[in-house]
Amino acid sequence: MSVAGPEAEARQRRWLTLPAVAVITLFGVLPLVIVVVYSLLRSAPYGGVEWTFSTDAYVSFLYQKDIFDDTLQFHADYLLIYGRSLAFSVVTTFVCLILGFPTAYFIATRPVATRQIWLLLVTIPFWSNLLIRTLAIMLLIRDDGLVNNGLMWLGVIDTPFVMIFTDFAIVLGLFYSFLPFMVLPLFSSLEKLDFRLVEAGFDLYANRFQVLTRIILPIARPGIVAGCLLVFIPCIGAYVTPLILGGGKHLMIGSLIAEQFGSARNWPMGAAQALILMAGVLVALWFYGRNARRGVAHAR
Amino acid sequence: MLDNTKVPGLAIDRVGKVFQQAGKPDFRALDDVSLTIRPNEFFTLLGPSGCGKTTLLRMIAGFEHPSEGEIRLDGDPITGLPPNRRPVNTVFQNYALFPHLSVAANIGFGLEMLKKPRAEIEATVAQMLRLVRMEEMADRKTSQISGGQQQRVALARALAPRPRVLLLDEPLSALDLKLRKEMQIELKRMQAETGITFVFVTHDQEEALTMSDRIAVMSAGRVLQVGAPRDIYDRPANHFVANFIGDSNFLTGTVVEMSAGLVSIRLVNGAVLEASVPSSVTFGATATVVVRPEHAVLAAPGEGVIAGEVETVIYFGTDTHFHIRTGEGATFIVRQQNRRGDAAVAQRGEAVSIHLPPGVATVLAGEA
Ligand SMILES: Nc1ncnc2c1ncn2[C@@H]1O[C@H](COP(=O)(O)OP(=O)(O)OP(=O)(O)O)[C@@H](O)[C@H]1O
Ligand SMILES: [Mg+2]
Repeated sequence: MSVAGPEAEARQRRWLTLPAVAVITLFGVLPLVIVVVYSLLRSAPYGGVEWTFSTDAYVSFLYQKDIFDDTLQFHADYLLIYGRSLAFSVVTTFVCLILGFPTAYFIATRPVATRQIWLLLVTIPFWSNLLIRTLAIMLLIRDDGLVNNGLMWLGVIDTPFVMIFTDFAIVLGLFYSFLPFMVLPLFSSLEKLDFRLVEAGFDLYANRFQVLTRIILPIARPGIVAGCLLVFIPCIGAYVTPLILGGGKHLMIGSLIAEQFGSARNWPMGAAQALILMAGVLVALWFYGRNARRGVAHAR
Repeated sequence: MLDNTKVPGLAIDRVGKVFQQAGKPDFRALDDVSLTIRPNEFFTLLGPSGCGKTTLLRMIAGFEHPSEGEIRLDGDPITGLPPNRRPVNTVFQNYALFPHLSVAANIGFGLEMLKKPRAEIEATVAQMLRLVRMEEMADRKTSQISGGQQQRVALARALAPRPRVLLLDEPLSALDLKLRKEMQIELKRMQAETGITFVFVTHDQEEALTMSDRIAVMSAGRVLQVGAPRDIYDRPANHFVANFIGDSNFLTGTVVEMSAGLVSIRLVNGAVLEASVPSSVTFGATATVVVRPEHAVLAAPGEGVIAGEVETVIYFGTDTHFHIRTGEGATFIVRQQNRRGDAAVAQRGEAVSIHLPPGVATVLAGEA
């Protein structure tokens, strides 16, 4: 058998990475480059772009051009939309964590055989289309929906409790859509938790609350961080849920970007806003990287 | 009537445990276990795997509730207290060190939960680190220290809150032989230095014999014998204990003569043997006696009580084991210490006899 030299081997390895590199380039880097390029062009009046360099898209994120003298004036409309999206995402992530943690803990402490069933139940909503699920929620919380009719039939309320097209409806929809993204990573870190550590905590005079905060939460931290991220990131760019359940009353980032490519016909603006969102997410990821590394060092 | 409820120490009073399992019949893990562990004692629970040692320990710690009976600490029932309200700490078999905390923080955890002042916690942690000789590793993560060091941290963590009783569930089983021997000595030293009652679980009989003040031998959820290592080794109460602790030779015969503490037994081959007897036996009854291999002596044919032929000779360095096939077809083991320059006392195939000096045989109780 002939032994390949180290250079030959390295060359061979480079060939083996080719498919991966191709996929990443074609579906990851290339579209991103296009978005970056578009965001730096001037918008054409009827959609599309004019091939002249311009930073207008970024400038107009924070400033409005005065129609008369072309001076720039600060305006916070977009910032508000981003702030609102951020607030919704934070609230949703928080609610998912508060309700997802006990759920994941419950599942992780079941016997192995029943765990699979509980996990399956958690993922069942994924089996149907997001749009359909969102419309179903709409049917439930409408003024004459199941919830209101039920409560009125029981005599708890006289007039319908307005839920649809409110902030509550948006958070409810987002929570419902993304809860499994929280439960699954939490479960996988709690499943690995050695429950003898919990016993050791009780043995060393910790009460239930102290065992939770001093032992379980710190050890489950990588799962908590991953879950929060997996909920937060899709939440902040969510489009369908806020549109349907919020009734389009309040713009959110997803709708805003969609609008730029659609009715507003301002492609560079849409591209720029998508990139600004992405930059925000990258900052969040960077935080995650820092925390997770610390968490992993703990878990070992 | 004697008020035996205020006895100092740890009293385990007719404790039983039945595990209810879904879809399976109930399983009785402990049956009518009664023990009184004295303050300051190094007490060992010894028994084969699955005999209920961990279950008993977990009930003392408070992780399991007894199905029957009561556990008292210095006379006060503790059966109803949760683990965090019992002055009892555990060194877990796998150590169960908190992976997210440093060595020092692990050791200080119990004191912190007890809301001790900062200064006291720091002083105690420093003292514990010294006790287990881990001063330089105080800031390490528990994943960055060796198995033996982890074991010492687990010990320090459990000792730091000064429990009245320390429970140790096979703490040495994961260590290699050399480290294990070292830790056995250190454990003894720490028990002496702290004056805390140790309840130690092991299934290694040698470890139990070398370390304990008293041993309880358990089998299938019951306590078979409680006593000092020497008592248990020299006067095993029954066949199981004799077999489980050390090597044993068993001989059967008939009781032909009885005097205070001694009986004469006529063996199957007609020889008459004098044996000590821990409990009562009846005249004319069949009895089993046990003889430790190192208490028997090889002799020339005709000199000893049992005749036989050397079947195997095994050299162990410090001693040699001779497997003797007796006239009745049984195998009798004789262990003889090696001295410098000695040739083996007997060769394979040689005809020999076994001499049993007075007092080496013990009658087993409850064996008809
Ligand atoms: N939670 C439980 N449910 C059912 N049976 C159990 C439970 N815990 C222990 N047992 C059974 O009780 C018996 C005693 O278990 P235990 O763990 O006390 O044994 P052990 O003496 O510590 O053994 P080892 O030396 O292997 O650790 C075993 O047969 C075990 O299968
Ligand atoms: Mg055990």
